[in-house]
Amino acid sequence: MYLPDFEYHMPATIQEACALLAEKGQVAKVLAGGTDLLNKMKHGLVAPAVLISLKQLEQLSNIEYEEGKGVLIGARATHNAICNSKLLQEKYLSICEAAHHMANNQIRNVGTIGGNISNAVPSADLPPILMALDASITLVGTKGERVMALEEFFVGPGKTLLAPDEIIAQIVIPDQSCTGSTYIKFGLRRSGALAVVGVAVAVTMDGNVCKDARIVLGAVAPVPMRAPKAEAMIIGKAISDDLLEEVGVCASTECKPIDDIRGSAEYRRDMVRVFTKRALRKAINEGHV
Amino acid sequence: MEALVDNSGVKRYLVTINVNGDDYTRIVKANTLLVNFIRDELDLTGTKKGCELGDCGSCTVLMDGKPVNSCIVLAVEADGHKFTTVEGVAQNENLDRLQESFVDNAAVQCGYCTPGMIMSAKALLTRNPQPTEEEVREAISGNLCRCTGYVNIVKAILAAASE
Repeated sequence: MYLPDFEYHMPATIQEACALLAEKGQVAKVLAGGTDLLNKMKHGLVAPAVLISLKQLEQLSNIEYEEGKGVLIGARATHNAICNSKLLQEKYLSICEAAHHMANNQIRNVGTIGGNISNAVPSADLPPILMALDASITLVGTKGERVMALEEFFVGPGKTLLAPDEIIAQIVIPDQSCTGSTYIKFGLRRSGALAVVGVAVAVTMDGNVCKDARIVLGAVAPVPMRAPKAEAMIIGKAISDDLLEEVGVCASTECKPIDDIRGSAEYRRDMVRVFTKRALRKAINEGHV
Repeated sequence: MEALVDNSGVKRYLVTINVNGDDYTRIVKANTLLVNFIRDELDLTGTKKGCELGDCGSCTVLMDGKPVNSCIVLAVEADGHKFTTVEGVAQNENLDRLQESFVDNAAVQCGYCTPGMIMSAKALLTRNPQPTEEEVREAISGNLCRCTGYVNIVKAILAAASE
């Protein structure tokens, strides 16, 4: 399988990359890891006349902590760089674990967090845990920089608020008051499989009482979605098995799954109930895992 | 990276890619895939093409020590990086102990997945010389063996680790 011809650019700065995007218009695509884009090009699903490579933008691969801002993950950081980051392992092992359960080793060495987000696939594994931790993303364009909550970024399958001249530069995870977070996923294989259902939660516990909670459901709606009713149901309450079951049932009524090759809507709905319960129990008892 | 334009206006790039310790400087088109560069330009045909979509792992090579699928990496993106292919695992005609172990444990059936399996296993053992069976299975989970000979492959990798 060969690739069609395209014009290749390797800008030295992100501003140069944005200017190229603006100049070339809709026929241009940004190339980061390429694990998704090159596949789509081989299949003829997309046929960009221009590829703008981020190869030279080394600073976009950094994972660091900045006082007052939180953990900053460069958009070009690979999934394995996230898994192996000491900083993330210490602060949010839940993000490392979510990255570790994606695809397989070869893909994780090349695929990037920015690519995973910009593709806006409903079953993507990183957005749910990032949304549960209230992450925001920094977009850079020809007119400058803007920051938005990741939750607001997704519009529909493959659709985001990214403007044609913009590039995702950074993902910011603000300092947390939550005591635990996790992402658990059900796929048809343990490796190299998309999520049939993925549930991420972040909880703030005070003894046995849940002070705050964020529940994010993946692969069961056009975009990764919060489950606000389920969240409201658990906040301020003492945790019990009955409560967790009720919250799971509530989340399953909030999601909007479809039937597809990987699972039926009915099955996904019931898995949301089970996985919401399990994810909450895990984050409550084990912290950031 | 220097670009050259021919009379018909096609742009080509001068890349230098290190494979198995040697620098190769070649002229490639932007759409040249690393796997084709390795097989066609360098005549290193040990690296196999399977699905060509990054699912099967047949084309696995090590990029700066890490396994990647060479079918979904552009040669222009590989410029300046160091690669190891299955030809670079043996030292001076002597098979690596991992390769010996594949022979001893009959971990090869049709053989098509073997180069990729060797590369994923080599990367694992370099990083983690004493892996558990679970870690071995995880490390080769991006390499499909359609003879389904996984049992002996896992055995071979564990045996090489325990030597």
